Amino acid sequence: MFDLILLISLLLISFAILVALYRVYKGPSMPDRIIALDSIGINLIALIAVFSIYMRSTAYLEAILLLGILAFIGTIAFSKFIERGVAIERKHD
Amino acid sequence: MNESTIEVIVSILVLIGVALALISAFGLIRLPDVYTRSHAATKSATLGVLVTIIGAFLFFGLSEGVYSVRLILGIVFVFLTAPVAGHLICRAAYRSGVSLAEESVQDDLEPILGSEEERRAKNKERHHRSS
Repeated sequence: MFDLILLISLLLISFAILVALYRVYKGPSMPDRIIALDSIGINLIALIAVFSIYMRSTAYLEAILLLGILAFIGTIAFSKFIERGVAIERKHD
Repeated sequence: MNESTIEVIVSILVLIGVALALISAFGLIRLPDVYTRSHAATKSATLGVLVTIIGAFLFFGLSEGVYSVRLILGIVFVFLTAPVAGHLICRAAYRSGVSLAEESVQDDLEPILGSEEERRAKNKERHHRSS
């Protein structure tokens, strides 16, 4: 029963990721796509958490922290690129 | 605590998290413009993930006695960074001239930052100068 609930929630999270992928494909502006990619990253964290419960293993827990950090850095870099035109600015000399 | 109680608690938490993730995905599809979409994507997806990770933390803590520090760090990190990322991407969208939905009635930033065309032109010039 418990395993069935976990499998169903894995399926539903994958469905949520698919719906966000539709927004990445269609999104009329660039920030739309970045918001959708950010929410895909967030949903992947939940997917890994449910999967590690399903496998009864604590080996996947580093990936949660890592994916959170990587999704944040990616979104920051993209939004800075949209706003300023560069991701890393040059020093004024 | 016996096995079935743990399983009931964890499955309730996981199902709440999944429901919130689904609600945020449908908000991402159905809402009309970038700002309302980021409203949906940032808040409910973050809460859904937090509830799911708390479920995983309780599962490993109660059933195997492993209270994982990495999960606590993950909870704190997602809770701190997801709203910041949403704010930054909305700010970039507004300043690069992405239009609001037609239904919106008020734009308090427009007298400060200029109209949509001005912002778009300024953004294009900024990109041009930096490249």
